[in-house]
This record gives sequence, C-alpha cells and structure tokens, in this order.
Amino acid sequence: MSFHPLMVYDPARFQKSERSRLDEGQPFEFTRERRAILDDMLTKYPSDQKRSAVLGALYLVQEQEGYLTASGMRHVAGILDMTPAEVEDVATYYVMFFKERVGKYVLQVCRTLSCALGGAERVTEALSDKLGIKVGETDPSGMFTLLEFECLGACDRAPVVMVNNELWHEKATPESCSKLVDDIKARGGAAVSGCHLNVEK
Amino acid sequence: MEPILTKYVREPNSFTLDFYLKHQGYDGLKKTLGMKPNDVIELVKASGLRGRGGAGFPTGLKWQFVDKKAEPRYIACNADESEPGTFKDHVLMERNPHLLFEGCLIGCWAIGAKVAYIYIRGEFFHVQRILEAELANAYKQGYVGKNILGTGFDCDIVIHRGAGAYEAGEETALIESLEGKRAQPRIKPPFPAVAGLYNKPTAVNNVETLCNLPAIVMNGAEWFTSLGPEKNGGPKLFCVSGHVKKPGVFEASMKTTLRELIFDYAGGIRDGHKLKAVIPGGSSVPILLPDQLDIPASFDDVQKAGSMLGSAGIIVMDETTCMVWAARNLLYFYKHESCGKCTPCREGGDWLYKILTRIDSGEGEMRDIDLLVSVGNNIAGKTLCAFGDAAATPALTTVKHFRAEFEAHVREGRCTVPSDWRASRTPVGAH
Repeated sequence: MSFHPLMVYDPARFQKSERSRLDEGQPFEFTRERRAILDDMLTKYPSDQKRSAVLGALYLVQEQEGYLTASGMRHVAGILDMTPAEVEDVATYYVMFFKERVGKYVLQVCRTLSCALGGAERVTEALSDKLGIKVGETDPSGMFTLLEFECLGACDRAPVVMVNNELWHEKATPESCSKLVDDIKARGGAAVSGCHLNVEK
Repeated sequence: MEPILTKYVREPNSFTLDFYLKHQGYDGLKKTLGMKPNDVIELVKASGLRGRGGAGFPTGLKWQFVDKKAEPRYIACNADESEPGTFKDHVLMERNPHLLFEGCLIGCWAIGAKVAYIYIRGEFFHVQRILEAELANAYKQGYVGKNILGTGFDCDIVIHRGAGAYEAGEETALIESLEGKRAQPRIKPPFPAVAGLYNKPTAVNNVETLCNLPAIVMNGAEWFTSLGPEKNGGPKLFCVSGHVKKPGVFEASMKTTLRELIFDYAGGIRDGHKLKAVIPGGSSVPILLPDQLDIPASFDDVQKAGSMLGSAGIIVMDETTCMVWAARNLLYFYKHESCGKCTPCREGGDWLYKILTRIDSGEGEMRDIDLLVSVGNNIAGKTLCAFGDAAATPALTTVKHFRAEFEAHVREGRCTVPSDWRASRTPVGAH
C-alpha cells in the first residue's frame, strides 16, 4: 500500500533513513596525556562553555583511535557536559573527522577550481590507478585511503595533496604522486615534502 | 609599492619573535597602549580600512558598533581562509605570525576585549604549529597575557582549530563553531557586535585586516589612505592562481589594475595560450572577461565592472578551460559545503550541480540552460547568509558570458573544448 498516490510503496527505497549508524568501536577512555591536553584546552574557554572544546576533543579521539567511534564520542560528551547526540551532530558536520576506519595514510587531493586547473583530476586518477581503489575507498592492506578535498588554500602550488589532515605535498603530478605512494610505504610521513613557505630547511 | 605586510616573508626565520622585534615589531602595540581606546577606533575609521575577508566593510565602523556596555567583549579573528582561490592569510600567518598577534592586541585594546580567539581552519595545521610556538614566545616575553608591557593591560590570544567547513568563514557561523556547534549562520540582527560569541559583543575580523593595524597606528590614517584609490586605502594582498606563469601572493596598492596583476606580477598566461576568463575575488564572484581587466583592483572599481573584489583570489583561466566544466567544478564545491540550514541553498545547490552534470556529460537539453538561470535566481538573495548568492554565481555568470558553450554541449552531446590537464574521466567522488 501507499500513503501517497505518486509514491510507490517500496521500503527499500523510501522508508529507510539514510543516516548511517556509527561504528561502536572499542571501549574508550582518553590516555592520561590526551586527557591532560584536553583539560588544558578547557582553560582557554569560559568555565560554563566547555562545549567550545568539542572539536579539539574529537581530534584527540581521532588521534587515539584513527577515526571517531561512538564510544569515543560518548566519552567526550561525558567530559564536556553534552549529550552523545550533540557530539555526533558536530562530528558529522566537519569533513576532517573520519566516521569509519581509514587507512594509516589518508591522501586528500584538493579538487576545487585552481587545483583542478593545474591538473588535480589527473593526480586523482593516477593515485586511484596506482592504489587500485576509487575515491573514498581504502586499499586492502589498510595502508592508504584516497579522498578528494575542497580548496586547501594553497592555490599557487596547485595541485595540493594533504596527508592525514596535516602534511602537505605541493605541485603534485601523476608521476610525483606515484612516487609519493612508494616513498610513504618506505619512509612514512617523513616522505611528504611540506609547505613551500617554510624556507628554513 | 614597497610591501608592508609581506616585506620579510621570504627571509629565513621571519616568523620568529627575535626577527620581528628587530624590524619594529610590537611598536604599534606600544603606541596603541598609550592611546585612549576610542581614539584608536577613530584612527581606524579615519584610515578607511575595509575588511579584507570579502565584504569590504569598514573596520572602524564595525568596532564602533560593538556594544561597550556589556562585558566581556571578544575579538574573533577569522583565519578560516577557505574561499577557493584565496591563500593570502596562509602566508601572513605562517611567515609573519607576530604581526597578526599585534593586530589582535590592538583590536582588543580598541574595543575593550580581554580575549582574542583566532579561528584557524583545520587544514592549516602546519601553520597552527608555528602560531602556537610563536604565541608561547610572545607570552614568555610579556607581549601577550597578564600586564602587557607593564601597562596593566591583560589580554589573551587563543588559537582554535576548525575541522573542515567552508561555511565557518561566515562570521556568525564562525561564532557557532567556536561555541562547539555546527558551523551554521545565525539570523541577523542581532549582529555579532551586539550578541556574538557566548552572546557577548564580538568583533569578527579577517587576518589581513588585523595585520594592517600596526602600520596604521605607526604611520597614521593619511598615510594609509594615500596608498590606494579613494576609500580603498592601504596595501592589499592579491592571490593569483590558475593558468598563469608565476602564481602567488602579491602585495600591491589597489590602484594596480587587474591586468597588471595577471600579466606583470603573475607573469602572464602560460606559454602558447590565451586568456579566456578571470574570477577576480574568489570563486563566489562573477567572471570578468579579458577586455574588462583595465580597472584598478579595488573594492569599488571591481564592483563597478560587475563583479566583486571579495577575498582578492584571482583565478585565471585560459582557452583550454570549458566553462560548463568550471561551473560544475564549483557547484560541486558549493553543494558539498552548504551547511544545510536554508532550503534554497541546500536543495538548489544540489539541483544546479545535477543540471550542470547533465549538460557537461552531454545529456542535457536546451531548456536545462534556462532552468539553471531560474534555479540560480531562486537561491540568490533568499538565504540567511551570502553563501546562497555565492553558490548561484558560478552557474549564472558562466551562462551569462558563455551561453554558446552550454548550447554546444547540448547540441554536440559532448565537451568540445580540448584541454591538456583534465582527466579522461572526471573523478568527482566521495569525500
């Protein structure tokens, strides 16, 4: 039966929420060091505004677990006097939080106009071919995840690839990225060249 | 014009406190602390300094509006530089962080704030590390914190990391994000100057705006206005990217023409190609054509030419750029970044992207082109923040100037613009 003349009753298509369930993960508690970092962070905001530290707290969960788990978010909620739903509400809004398990190295290729004009599409294509995965996937070894990201704010060094939310590989080419994958396999994050504005090295 | 904000950025260790102090660092702060706060506001008003984040609103006026009766008051520095094509604050913060701290302190003194929050985008973590290390040095030497320089003025600076949301660059959304919520805009009024962060009076200022303050205090309002055209005074950072030989950040007067910025400063179009279109102020503003570039790159002149200076992110495209593809690329950005609060932007952005995808992949119909215009016009001006206008602009401006290309896509059933940098399959995928 249908409640609407134009809408065919099809539980598989219409009557299902698109909201994905969070991964429960391991039972979670911050390590003593991370809890100290969070406590220090809380001193930067008014004492009745603990919630301001939620992004920082979620970064710490992600650092500890590799991604955001439901148990990690509940732990944060308890510390910051928020409900778990409020923490999930925030966590699912921001793209730098991973809601499922990702590879040890997350390659985030900037795809917005300036990087695209500089050949970002070919970079993504090359990385996709090299790793044998599509954008949004993790390779079977669990080493790499390939993502597309929006403007990273370094358009003069297009295209830019960010690794693990912080390391920068600039002026990427299909060849340099293929090499980057090999170098990361051999040397880890140290293989990523960094931001050109750093002229000291 | 001799660079003022970026004079030393290419020198080794330009980011350190020692280097900064050797080059008149914190002199502006010292002078400010000897002035009455209201005189600082009057000085900035007289200088005509306009916000460098995109809107070009006079900074002094913004500060004047801050409700001086309510306590506490805040400065929120917008370092969420996310407008596609913009990368100026990146340079300032990474290479000249103390200039920003000094600007924050001057702002706090002027409006009577005791804390400045610098909201930096999550992707700039390598920049944040430098800011944090240098901020610690500034605290140690008494430039920030309690009893600054022995004057009894207390002021803290806090660096707050975002987590990847373009919308957090909108001032009320930035405040929401600082409060630990989704970065979604608020209904205005009340404006942040009355009820901002934690419902207290707040001035939200861009990084480059604050960085101009020390020089204004040191050299005066007249000097500042003399640097640019009327009502567009001071130095300005321009970011040139895309199909130019030497992309980069260039500091210049706003008397400089767009053509000079593209052809002299950025070295012109790459060899063997010719200019097709320019987006002069970040991806949210209308396109200018090659014959419209002989105008000063000032807020007012670019507006007169039918676009906006915005964040001064100049994106240059040569003849290998398909305009249907460019609009599609940007609409993917806007549909992805829409915060979802207002229906026209949340749904309309997605519709525009779907229609553009249809046309780009050769499956469009002629009526789709007018449909784009119709949907675009029903987003612009119908949302809480300027994001709606920004999202509609790439579709509307490309159809306006390059309608023939859209028609060719529909007629031929494929893209007819050959390019040497696009992939054989457009890998727009999941984030």
